[in-house]
Amino acid sequence: MRYVDEYRDPELGKRLVDRIHKLSTRPARIMEFCGGHTVTIFKHGIRQLLPPTVEMLSGPGCPVCVTANAELDKAIALAKEPGVILATFGDMLKVPGSRSSLQQAKAEGGDIRVVYSTRDALAMARDNPDKRVVFLGIGFETTAPTVAASVLQAEAEAIHNYFVLPLHKLCPPVIKALLDSGEVRLDGLICPGHVSAVIGSRPWGFIPTGYGIGCVVSGFEPLDILLSVEMLVAQVERGEPKVEIAYRRGVKPEGNPQALRLMATVFEESQATWRGIGTVPQSGLKLREKYRSFDAEAQFQIDPGPTLEPAGCLCGDILRAVKTPLDCKLFRRVCTPEHPVGPCMVSSEGSCAAYYQYGADHE
Amino acid sequence: MCLAIPALVKSVTGQEAEVEVGGVGRRISIALTPEVKVGDYVLLHTGYSINVIDAGEAEETLKLLRELAEESA
Amino acid sequence: MNEDTILLAHGSGGKLSHDLVQQTLVPLLSNPLLDRLDDCAVFDLSGRLAFTTDSYVVSPIFFPGGDIGKLAVCGTVNDLAMSGARPLYLTLSFVIEEGFALGGLKQIVASIREAAAEAGVKVVAGDTKVVNRGGADGIFINTSGIGLVPHGVDISGANARPGDKVILSGPVGDHGVAVMSRRQGLEFSVPVDSDCAPLNHLVAEMLGASPNIHCLRDPTRGGLVSSLNELAQQSGVGIRIEEARVPVREAVQAACELLGFDPLYVANEGKLVAVVAPEDAERVLAAMKGNRYGAQAAIIGEVTAQHPGRVVMKTLLGASRLLDMLVGELLPRIC
Repeated sequence: MRYVDEYRDPELGKRLVDRIHKLSTRPARIMEFCGGHTVTIFKHGIRQLLPPTVEMLSGPGCPVCVTANAELDKAIALAKEPGVILATFGDMLKVPGSRSSLQQAKAEGGDIRVVYSTRDALAMARDNPDKRVVFLGIGFETTAPTVAASVLQAEAEAIHNYFVLPLHKLCPPVIKALLDSGEVRLDGLICPGHVSAVIGSRPWGFIPTGYGIGCVVSGFEPLDILLSVEMLVAQVERGEPKVEIAYRRGVKPEGNPQALRLMATVFEESQATWRGIGTVPQSGLKLREKYRSFDAEAQFQIDPGPTLEPAGCLCGDILRAVKTPLDCKLFRRVCTPEHPVGPCMVSSEGSCAAYYQYGADHE
Repeated sequence: MCLAIPALVKSVTGQEAEVEVGGVGRRISIALTPEVKVGDYVLLHTGYSINVIDAGEAEETLKLLRELAEESA
Repeated sequence: MNEDTILLAHGSGGKLSHDLVQQTLVPLLSNPLLDRLDDCAVFDLSGRLAFTTDSYVVSPIFFPGGDIGKLAVCGTVNDLAMSGARPLYLTLSFVIEEGFALGGLKQIVASIREAAAEAGVKVVAGDTKVVNRGGADGIFINTSGIGLVPHGVDISGANARPGDKVILSGPVGDHGVAVMSRRQGLEFSVPVDSDCAPLNHLVAEMLGASPNIHCLRDPTRGGLVSSLNELAQQSGVGIRIEEARVPVREAVQAACELLGFDPLYVANEGKLVAVVAPEDAERVLAAMKGNRYGAQAAIIGEVTAQHPGRVVMKTLLGASRLLDMLVGELLPRIC
């Protein structure tokens, strides 16, 4: 596959690892914010290959993991409404809410369907005029423009039975909240690649200037990650934190203006609750008043019931990188992929799932 | 997060395109990249192209990787 | 009365049932045992018997490269073949949803005939029931299969020994991707057919090359990784494989990348994993490559005394990673 295979070259990878070993003399604590990067790192065993001076931490950039119980409870409540088809990305199906999960609601008769794209959800709305299709809008700035585009298309085609439950979240504000909390000391940040494809690299400028932490925007193949680590290590060695793009084939400093325009047309910033982190101002998206007729929050009476948090779950601390899954008493004993207690175990890119699946404690 | 994969644009019709990845075909929306042309590669995420891949930059990155590898050899 | 669909009466034992069996099902599958139309098949058989049962509920029923009928025959034949048995006779039970197209049923039975002929097995007993609309997802098939294990052959998941080589018969992930590509809501055009195939002749040729085949497993649901984990646990050994050595078709890799699947976990219906004594590995590999279902066979790893019960993979970059069992089902993801 073009633009993929070249960045998996084992020979280049080995040489790059050697270079990092030669370059790194000072301790460097590097966090990859994005769950997709966490998956690449664990899948290819990258942590094992790095020198002991480089310490890698996983951050909260997993939109599934940071969806608060209260939000998921709303989606589950909607799915139980008669005449509603809840369309969702597969990622959310098994995440436990306060009392149930979408998968459980499905087994109990809720019409919940997994889709690959909002386009599929729109098609469902067209094909089922007597039903109301609610699309569960999760994801960061990568996904939000696609959901915005679906709302505009529904408007253009006069599709009146398509709705969005907007649970999108924004990355720069949450990274700021994380850094402001002072809980985590970092020397470098691997910035999310596809979020940056949309928002560009400029929004990360506050990180080196405000916190003295270097930032490199990375792609998702193993060589991309290794290159980003090399660039961050070089920044640390020189004591010159700045924003750089390692993922130049996918990211421009200005991002994708058209995508940003569509997002701004349909959505506006709002307060959002991030699991484990709490409420962060201007870190979520809600539908603008003009698109109220597509807003599931406005068009449905949703009664999600009281919110409960699972006892003993360290997801919050793990998301903020102050603890690892190995610190959690429930990890592997009670909380497993088959019986997850918190979303970090369910999400394919949650830290707990990654540790469990790829055996971080192995070799 | 954000699984997006490079896909080759085979044809464009209005706001949609037919793309192909390693032989697998799909009809997608180009609402986010209306300027796209046949022969371009795009980043495909949930049925939409979120960006057009810069072939020149891709080549530059590979060159950089090879140079760094040479220095290590 | 619409003669083109299956009705409840087709399963009730009356004239319609009788006609369906005698005029449609039996003639398509005809053999001396079945043609007698007794309540059961009676035959002589002596030796070590292998006996298995399976149910098939695949959706969609028709998929690129096959259908539920072909799957039912191949799945049952392969279960028997995985203990080195020569499959002989199958039974077939249909549970059909009222309203199912008769043409569809005929197509499925034709597939069964074709697969049975290729495998060299006979369907000797059957049953047909029809349930109310909504009582089944189109059609369910239950089978049982019986075969003979040749003298001296002892193949079991518990027989793997440190030093043994692990051989895979061909590229993985084809079946799961072919079926997934037809599921509602995932409209990709994927030039991948299910690899559904009977593997008993392949196994016979492998046994002809060497008696030192310790384990055989067909990696169906849960993919290659699940089978390797089962073997590791049953035998109390560790297994190490190399990512670079596992064959995967480009289109399968691409479809998996798009949906967020790992081909190592995707179902196969025409592949096997063999654990073979090291001195015979090359000979068995050569025999596999001579068979159409083993043309792309490869040695992908070996058995070790280290990390018993666990499977470890050397990644493309040379690091090691645990390959744990699949939990639940593969779901398409955006993250």
